[in-house]
Amino acid sequence: MHPAIRPVALRLLGAVLVIWGAATAAFGVLQLIPGDPVNAIVGTHALVGPEQRAHLRAEYGLDDPPFAQYLDHMGRLATGRLGDSYQLQQPVWSVITDQVGPTVELALWAMLSAVVLAVAVTLVTSGRARWPRRISSLLELVIVSTPPFWLGILLLTVFSFHLGWFPVADTGDPRSLVLPVVTLALPIAAVLTQVLREGLLTALEAPFVLTARARGSAEHSVRARHALRHASLPALTLAGWFVGTLLGGAVIVETVFARSGIGRVTLQAVADRDLPVVQGVVALSAVVFVAVSALLDVLYSVVDPRLRRRTGMAAA
Amino acid sequence: MKVPSLRRPRMPRRLRFPYLPRPGLALAAVILLLFVVAAIRPSLFTGSGPTDGDLLETLQAPGGDHWFGTDQLGRDVFARVVHGARYSLTIGAAATGIGVVIATVWGLAAALGGRFVDALLMRTTDVLLALPPLLLALMVVLITGKGVVGVTLAVAVSAMPGFARVIRGQALVVRRSGYVSAAIGLGVRRWLIAAWHVLPNTLAPLLVFATVTLGISIASASALSYLGLGAQPPTPEWGAMLTEGQDYLGQAWWIAVFPGLLLVVVVLAATVLGRHAQARSDGRVWS
Repeated sequence: MHPAIRPVALRLLGAVLVIWGAATAAFGVLQLIPGDPVNAIVGTHALVGPEQRAHLRAEYGLDDPPFAQYLDHMGRLATGRLGDSYQLQQPVWSVITDQVGPTVELALWAMLSAVVLAVAVTLVTSGRARWPRRISSLLELVIVSTPPFWLGILLLTVFSFHLGWFPVADTGDPRSLVLPVVTLALPIAAVLTQVLREGLLTALEAPFVLTARARGSAEHSVRARHALRHASLPALTLAGWFVGTLLGGAVIVETVFARSGIGRVTLQAVADRDLPVVQGVVALSAVVFVAVSALLDVLYSVVDPRLRRRTGMAAA
Repeated sequence: MKVPSLRRPRMPRRLRFPYLPRPGLALAAVILLLFVVAAIRPSLFTGSGPTDGDLLETLQAPGGDHWFGTDQLGRDVFARVVHGARYSLTIGAAATGIGVVIATVWGLAAALGGRFVDALLMRTTDVLLALPPLLLALMVVLITGKGVVGVTLAVAVSAMPGFARVIRGQALVVRRSGYVSAAIGLGVRRWLIAAWHVLPNTLAPLLVFATVTLGISIASASALSYLGLGAQPPTPEWGAMLTEGQDYLGQAWWIAVFPGLLLVVVVLAATVLGRHAQARSDGRVWS
């Protein structure tokens, strides 16, 4: 094998293993659920006779031995077929693609606002004066300890019900996106600021900062152009975690603000025991996680050129 | 090479972050203690029961008779919040405890069970960490069904993979120590080594991590209740109270705002204590 291919192949293998593991875990969980899955399919239509039940069992392959069902499930998953929703009478794939749009919009805006806010706060509070840092630290601690659903309710109470600045529910108006984005972004920004500032303060003590200062760089340029780049490496490591919290955050935020999206679909699927949809969401999350990890590896070497050389040497 | 800094020397690293004022630490301890007392003996703080409603006094604003106001059924929000401490604290603490126990077995088995067991357990941990914690919790609720027990287990399982990593890492360090080599040399059985030599020496960092996680567990549990999967009305669990109160935000903000406020205070107190424990333990280990 060519030395350059090896790390890539190993990564691909790891990615496939994670997705396979997640899909297997989801399958296992669904086997453990007590009760007849047909109940979930027929739902509240209790007037379904034994013959129809038998027919449904056969149609969804529920009579096969578990291992055969597992192989069948994995085979379909490998070819991208996620099956049909029990409740929504449409393929899981189209349920997800229909609903993923609003969630992605919400998540991207939240991520962007969080990063901008965190970078701005870090740069402002990393100066020589201690009190801005203390105030900001305290605020971060409070925000990190605030459950997002309560934050959302508080924002709704103040800005929608009392001040009337933003609509109470999703009306398609761009203003209805503001409060959900803030709810999702603030906790991320708080954690990000803590990590960024810690990294920035460490980087500011490094020899290259002394060199930059000796060359006559202004203080803001030293911080924003030289030190911030170093500080962003540990923050990047957290990005995978942020993406994970985004789905959880979407479930909460979409519930608080009565928005449609993948979070609501997930919660509804759990409440209705709509197993194919749950499996689809789990598979989707695993794929997103793997994709984000791969993207991060690329980003690392963009931010830190030393890593490029190091992997080159390791492969040789 | 360390180049002397031109700047004024700063505090040592471990004291710099997070910034915790000393009175804040004492305050956090007192607050947490108050909540524990409220959880054990709610009658010390309030005379009325959590479900005592007075239909002549519905949706009263906070005031002298009702500090936190009353809800749509005329129940005193303060009384409900005080009685709710029991649910939120118990679920959070139980979930953390169960998570720690599962993770201890898991992590020790990975560290001491040989290469194959280690690979199997740790790759499984990787998969669990790849899934969003809330999704993991939702999958557990699918198996157990809605309710307090289900939510406790769900939070425990979603916290477990992180714990397991900490324990395995610590156990691997301990395994390389002289006394474990000596025990192996003496032919002591593996599980005995794990229980007698490795476990006590992994406990300290584990307990620190558990303290840090306690606040998160309390918050996650009430999030699941808020989503309608945990304690059901009329239980005065804080998350469930928020769900009930959300329908009245326009008329009576206090129904939803106060339970959440107390939740923030508890989580904040637990986080402050946890971070303090972490800073101290880091200082002891690294300095």
